[in-house]
Amino acid sequence: MKQYDIVIVGGGPAGLAAALEAKKSGAQSVIILERDGELGGILNQCIHNGFGLHTFKEELTGPEYAARFSEKVKEEKIEYLLNTMVLDISSDKMVTAMNREEGLFEIQAKAVVLAMGCRERSRGALNIPGYRPAGVFSAGTAQRLVNIEGYLPGREVVILGSGDIGLIMARRMTLEGAKVKVVAELMPYSGGLKRNIVQCLDDYGIPLKLSHTVVDIQGKDRVTGITLAQVDENRRPIPGTEEFYSCDTLLLSCGLIPENELSRGMGVEINPVTSGPVVNECLETSIPGVFACGNVLHVHDLVDFVSQEAAAAGRHAAEYVAAGEDKIFNEKKYVIVPKGGVRYTVPSSINPAKMDDEQVIRFRVGDVYKNRYTSVYVNGERIVHRKRPVMAPGEMEEVKLKKEQFMDCPEETEIIVTIEEA
Amino acid sequence: MEKRELICIGCPMGCMVTVSLDDGKVCEVTGNTCKRGDVYARKEVTNPTRIVTSSVRVNGGTYPVVPVKTREDIPKGKIRDCMKALKEVVVDAPVKIGDVVLKNVADTGIDVIATKDNEMHDVGRR
Repeated sequence: MKQYDIVIVGGGPAGLAAALEAKKSGAQSVIILERDGELGGILNQCIHNGFGLHTFKEELTGPEYAARFSEKVKEEKIEYLLNTMVLDISSDKMVTAMNREEGLFEIQAKAVVLAMGCRERSRGALNIPGYRPAGVFSAGTAQRLVNIEGYLPGREVVILGSGDIGLIMARRMTLEGAKVKVVAELMPYSGGLKRNIVQCLDDYGIPLKLSHTVVDIQGKDRVTGITLAQVDENRRPIPGTEEFYSCDTLLLSCGLIPENELSRGMGVEINPVTSGPVVNECLETSIPGVFACGNVLHVHDLVDFVSQEAAAAGRHAAEYVAAGEDKIFNEKKYVIVPKGGVRYTVPSSINPAKMDDEQVIRFRVGDVYKNRYTSVYVNGERIVHRKRPVMAPGEMEEVKLKKEQFMDCPEETEIIVTIEEA
Repeated sequence: MEKRELICIGCPMGCMVTVSLDDGKVCEVTGNTCKRGDVYARKEVTNPTRIVTSSVRVNGGTYPVVPVKTREDIPKGKIRDCMKALKEVVVDAPVKIGDVVLKNVADTGIDVIATKDNEMHDVGRR
């Protein structure tokens, strides 16, 4: 059995940033376990630019952004294992993993950072009726086929879902010579970033049909076409609005789901809204010494924020290990309640003794709002009231809380994050 | 007088901006709610540019393709020519991040560079 102070599960942007910051914060024995053949995670297939505007003040492609971090990990001589699959983590932080060289092995960790990322919602989860021919891909699968494996999975394409990967793939497949006929979105608004709508669809004259969904897939061996229909306000297809599109490929970009099988297996409490762990101000889950960051915690739009969040998780993991037997258990816990259009917050509680001087609270809203305010109430008193010209479910929001605002709060303190009209 | 409608990408607001052009010159920008919309709209109608990202074939690499980008943004109208030129490019492994894979793509004066390493097949761990 091996022993490490910190085991980081996943070598994508979250895992890399967590490892670097843990090392910087004094952790000596850190290891990253990555199931793919290289570090960088999904960034390796995101070859478009627009990454790192916040972190590096320049527009990098996904692989370039990943390289900035993986090079540093190598410079810092942080250990990592590739082609290594973590199978199980016990509640006392025994990590069971396997790879070709070592077979099945165990690592006892003092702290664990969960950085497994997320997975795309599949056709099965979407319940799309019709035949089950070849040619139905998740947008991310198509992205890997084109950008890493080097072949085009189809010539005539329809995309369901206006998530960012779907929009990016609409442009990518168009540039590679495919005809993208339409992008259909079930909701009355797009799930992707505005700039992607403009630069991936509008630039290439690809129509976006809001409040539309796929009601039938045709084709026995290979997709031959799909039927779109408009949906009503309850997202039910409206009879008579069906429209047939001939195509050989259907891409699905209908949302991402944090990949928390390992977290659930070890007994970490999961937030049903995010499908990610419930965490406190240290990004620590319900199991002390187990931290979570990146898309396994909640799905992000921008990798820059993943890196920031993961760095915090890495730092707190290092602090946890350094505290050793002398851990001070100050269990004061102020719960953050999302209200009025705010779907969730990360973290979902704060301990004033442990919070950062300026603690970032990230959240998403459930609808499109214009000219509203983000407000925070502490025991009924409003401490934040910030104007937001527009908020949308596709764009993550944040609010900053100052430590000094919580120093004199009573034991039973409730924090409310909400959206208010002017 | 010509009118063009754009969606500003300066922020999530996504303002519908109308640009009035007279003989190719911008005479009015309306619909924007801040200065960024004005700047974006003027550039977008007079000289729209984009960084183009794609991939090119690799001989003997760990992976069959390597991702690339134009080092700087190129005129939007040159995107198709750029893609056409990249289709013909094949490079030999190893490729290093930053390597020039095609000089002066489509007469834009801009080089296309690799955005990722691609080691020789036997070196890489596939």
